[in-house]
Amino acid sequence: MEKGAIIKHDQDKAPKTGDWRYLKPEIDASKCIGCQTCVPHCPEAVMEMRKRIETEIAAGVEPGKEKKIVEIDFEYCKGCGVCTQVCPVKAIVMKK
Amino acid sequence: MNKDLTKKFSSGHATCAGCGIPAIVRTVLGATDEPVIVSNATGCLEVTTTIYPATSWKVPYIHSVFGNAAATAAGIDAAQKALEKSGKLKKKAKIVAFGGDGGTYDIGLQALSGALERGHDFLYVCYDNEGYMNTGGQRSGATPYGANTETAPVGSQSFGKTQQRKDLMEIVKAHGIKYLAQANVAYLPDLKRKAQKALNTPGPSFLLVLQPCTQIWKFPTSEYVAVGKLATETNFWPLYEIEDGKYIINNIAKEPKPIEEFLKTQGRFKHLFKDANKDVIAKIQNDVNVSWEKLQKKV
Repeated sequence: MEKGAIIKHDQDKAPKTGDWRYLKPEIDASKCIGCQTCVPHCPEAVMEMRKRIETEIAAGVEPGKEKKIVEIDFEYCKGCGVCTQVCPVKAIVMKK
Repeated sequence: MNKDLTKKFSSGHATCAGCGIPAIVRTVLGATDEPVIVSNATGCLEVTTTIYPATSWKVPYIHSVFGNAAATAAGIDAAQKALEKSGKLKKKAKIVAFGGDGGTYDIGLQALSGALERGHDFLYVCYDNEGYMNTGGQRSGATPYGANTETAPVGSQSFGKTQQRKDLMEIVKAHGIKYLAQANVAYLPDLKRKAQKALNTPGPSFLLVLQPCTQIWKFPTSEYVAVGKLATETNFWPLYEIEDGKYIINNIAKEPKPIEEFLKTQGRFKHLFKDANKDVIAKIQNDVNVSWEKLQKKV
């Protein structure tokens, strides 16, 4: 045990739960409306909003309107698919 | 990894894929900016987040024994009071105890009752997945009537659990605490609002949060939000709060869905759809109607 039996949080020791993933969620940038519904529901908290790049704005349904898009951290994503289910516009699909 | 959501509880924990418990923890802890101390009962949350030598907790965290989350929280509160009195502590931290339904309804009930009665300043959050899920799904006091569990198995002579679930909200309310609420992981803004209210209540407060379990309720890993929503839409799990003894219902659906809609999403109720068990579904529907009427009368 460590000194004083206090274990401090260390992200490097945390299991990389991305290994668990069987199906991989893929985001369709032209569909994502940046509503952030999936963000708090993700059990691993791997969904984060980022700014769109130019090409994504050009390909969007209403170009330039939705400035932000969700992005997934695959280091910890377990591939459960909760994000695909809660997405109101079905912008996320699970792929092998 | 989302920086805002992982300030107090990080990614890299071992809860099953598609488990809603982390969403509950992040929402409750995210409801306050003040320092927080967490006490945890044995259960899914404890075994999956504190695998030696790693821990997912970035806040002070104590786990002692199964039924002891509330007693530990009471001890933290007493220690803080003593330190404040002697001038060693300037500002008290908020205390949040997390327990599953096993550690709350059954094993931790007397510790919870004692801590509530003594009036310690803490919030107790019970994530209710309706059974002892981390040991394989044994029945608990929270398992609903008719569910197939490891210790109440379905067979030619049995349709699963034959007893009703405990009404824990009424048990906790009987202690006369100022704020308690029933919430659902599928409605996170509602849960956050309730957690904020509870944390700002002086003295004990209590949250009972439904947590659909993908493994033992037996549904696909992507569905915890959908199943949770159906539980509320069928009035199986109404959302309400009790403030100073006054009931407030948060979801009044004009036409509640039939209970079959909720039951058919889960493998643990699969056997109820056989012809021989039709009366069990009718009884579940009747019980839901009766308890909903009772709840409406209390408002």
